[in-house]
Amino acid sequence: MRRLFPALALSLGLTLALAAGPAGALEVEDQIRIGPDTPQATLHILSTTDIAAARPMLDGWLARNPDLAVDYVVASANEIHQAITAERLPFDLVISSAMDLQLKLANDGHALPQDVDEAAGALPHWARWRDLVFGFALEPVVIVASASAFDAENLPRTRRDLITALRDDPDRFRGRIGTYDPAQSGAGYLFATQDASFGNTFWRLAEVMGRLDARLYCCSGDMIDDLASDRLLVAYNVVGSYAQVSTQAGSGLIIIAPEDFTLLLIRTALVPTTAERPDLGAAFLGYLLSPAGQAAMETTPGMAPVLGAAQGLPSSARAIRLDPGLLANLDRVRKSAFLGEWTAAMTQP
Amino acid sequence: MTADLPEMRGRPGRVALTGSLRRNLVLQFLALAAVVAVALFFAVRVTADRAAEAAQDAVLGAATAALSEGLRAEDDGLDLDLPPTIFSMLSAMGEDRVFYRVDIGSRTVTGYDDLPLPTAPPQGALPVYYDGRYLDTPIRLAAVTRGMLVDGRQAQALFVLGQTRFGQRAIADSIARRAALLGIGFFLLAVPLSLLAARAILGPVGRVTEAVARRGPLDLRPVNQSVPRELGPLIGALNGFILRLRGAHARTETFITEAAHHIRTPLSTVRTEAEIALRQSQEEPTRARLRNVIRSVEESSRSAGQLLEHALVLYRTDRVERSSMDLAAVVAGLVESFRPTADLREIALRLGPDLPAAPVVGDRLMIETALRNILDNAIKYSAADGTVEIALTLCDGRAVVAVCDRGRGLGGAKLADLATRFRRGGNVTDVVGSGLGLTIVTEVAEASGGAFTLTPREGGGTCAVFSLPLR
Repeated sequence: MRRLFPALALSLGLTLALAAGPAGALEVEDQIRIGPDTPQATLHILSTTDIAAARPMLDGWLARNPDLAVDYVVASANEIHQAITAERLPFDLVISSAMDLQLKLANDGHALPQDVDEAAGALPHWARWRDLVFGFALEPVVIVASASAFDAENLPRTRRDLITALRDDPDRFRGRIGTYDPAQSGAGYLFATQDASFGNTFWRLAEVMGRLDARLYCCSGDMIDDLASDRLLVAYNVVGSYAQVSTQAGSGLIIIAPEDFTLLLIRTALVPTTAERPDLGAAFLGYLLSPAGQAAMETTPGMAPVLGAAQGLPSSARAIRLDPGLLANLDRVRKSAFLGEWTAAMTQP
Repeated sequence: MTADLPEMRGRPGRVALTGSLRRNLVLQFLALAAVVAVALFFAVRVTADRAAEAAQDAVLGAATAALSEGLRAEDDGLDLDLPPTIFSMLSAMGEDRVFYRVDIGSRTVTGYDDLPLPTAPPQGALPVYYDGRYLDTPIRLAAVTRGMLVDGRQAQALFVLGQTRFGQRAIADSIARRAALLGIGFFLLAVPLSLLAARAILGPVGRVTEAVARRGPLDLRPVNQSVPRELGPLIGALNGFILRLRGAHARTETFITEAAHHIRTPLSTVRTEAEIALRQSQEEPTRARLRNVIRSVEESSRSAGQLLEHALVLYRTDRVERSSMDLAAVVAGLVESFRPTADLREIALRLGPDLPAAPVVGDRLMIETALRNILDNAIKYSAADGTVEIALTLCDGRAVVAVCDRGRGLGGAKLADLATRFRRGGNVTDVVGSGLGLTIVTEVAEASGGAFTLTPREGGGTCAVFSLPLR
């Protein structure tokens, strides 16, 4: 896990961006500044998306606005929520894969209404909430496995298959299964609660993984890294875009979209009330939803544009509903109960 | 068809008009329609608002109850079973924002701990609804309480669920738009309808007016049109007035007739006596005086005669006795009867060579009186040795009698003036006349459905043209 404090980032050569940036006490994972040396204005984006995955859309927007610069800060979903609600850092746009936290930001009045109807008009209703939260990309949440983990003809196709495979060969998988730590990762908590809402299979899987000393991760990227270096055999609940990037190069990794159900994550953006240049945030949002922005999404591996969605997605795909139902899982009593249960499943005697 | 005689018709131009019944009616209808339209708008709006609020409250209440059922006390603390559908449901209509709060005793255990509380704590599971503000947004809240055992002690748990009402407002706005359209549509529909209604209501007035206006000047029959009840008194009053007018008219004519009779008889005696005196007298000044007397008596007697004739015409126009006749025969007979008088003044009466058969229907006596007056005028105003030409032609379904002289003409006067009773032309002071002749002709023409015109003749003189419709 990378923890880049501002001072550390400074020494990494990101001087310009940080001197002007609103990062403050935020725990920054990564940061980049793109654009001319003396831009007319700088758009500050706070995002959970890795720079590599975000690069096509950033470059696409800057190509259209050569006078502007982008300061792109990557942080965890929980950090982002804290940065906007408690520290009120002046970012112009918040991009996150933690749909529940995004919705909570909007529900609790931390998002500015946007008049992007011409761009968002074609947006399916399940991909936006009010004029506050806008989905711009779809990503399947998948299982990534090392090709050596399973026999080619015995590839698990459902969670039940995976449970069976893990139980059948515990010695092989012990310590070599990875998944999100829901206590630490907003996206991981979202996936876990959504999984749990589809039935008991998730808890059975959690127990099995706990018994096999599963490793817990903050981020999809780290899981992929450990898969590539053979420390992991199976990573459960990996965000599609990361999986796709790493399996492209013929690294011996395979992507499994579970056939019982494959969660579809909607990557959403909102303009926070703390924005200093909400117009720039809105402009970038408009670009994301425009045909050009959606085309950039198409060239990003693992991401599907929301406009004209549903093609190329597995038939078992279930989009996570972007509505206040997501708030239920953020309830603190419920969350602590869920995490308690999770910990119990993970740490078995 | 009838000659327009302005002095005989009452024209509204002389009536002082204050306002218009039709306009008042239309305005009142429209005002009523506007009131109804506005009332309709508000009625629909208020009803729809209430219905939408009641429906939303019911959903909110059910969701609050569901929320309250999810809380359980367990050995290691509280467990809240919070189905996401509770919130999804509240947000389904119009993507409303949702807030909640769970208190046990005075401690907030989860949710938004600054969410407004109800003023009076709810009694049991029956939800209390109230309005509040949260995060600068007006919201609607519901609260229920439930007793539960926490750590072995009985405690009251308070569950508050709040939501914005964007969806309800959107529905209310959409209904309001429809209600406004409904009201405007109703009003627009009322405009032509009120115009039609005003026209229909005022129709009978127009019909009575037309029937009365279309009458000839001497038509004093009562109005017997069927009218709505409200117009009955007006028509009754009008008919009473007509009756009194008729009585007055009849009395006047009777008086004139009596007067003419009473004057004529002594006049003829005076005339006879004066003529005898003229024959016997040898003194020229006396004879001149006597001639003057005779002339005056002649004039008076003639006037009296015409007064009688006029009274007769007036009497008969009221009850025309129609009979068929050949106008050619009537004209020929009259011309013959005037020949002796014309010969005395050496005036030639030239009757058109071929008189076509001209069958007409009318009161023979009246028509003869009219033609006699025309011929009398022509001869009276012709110079000695003059010629009066009489012609009868058929033209456009009418029989036209033209009597043309080479007399002194009209002197610029108009027929409308000359046809007034006792009015004479400005150039006739030397000729005996009463001023009633043309009045009689005009009245007969009108009463018979004919026409009478008097026009200057090319080369001096006058043409009197009297026409009647052919049968």
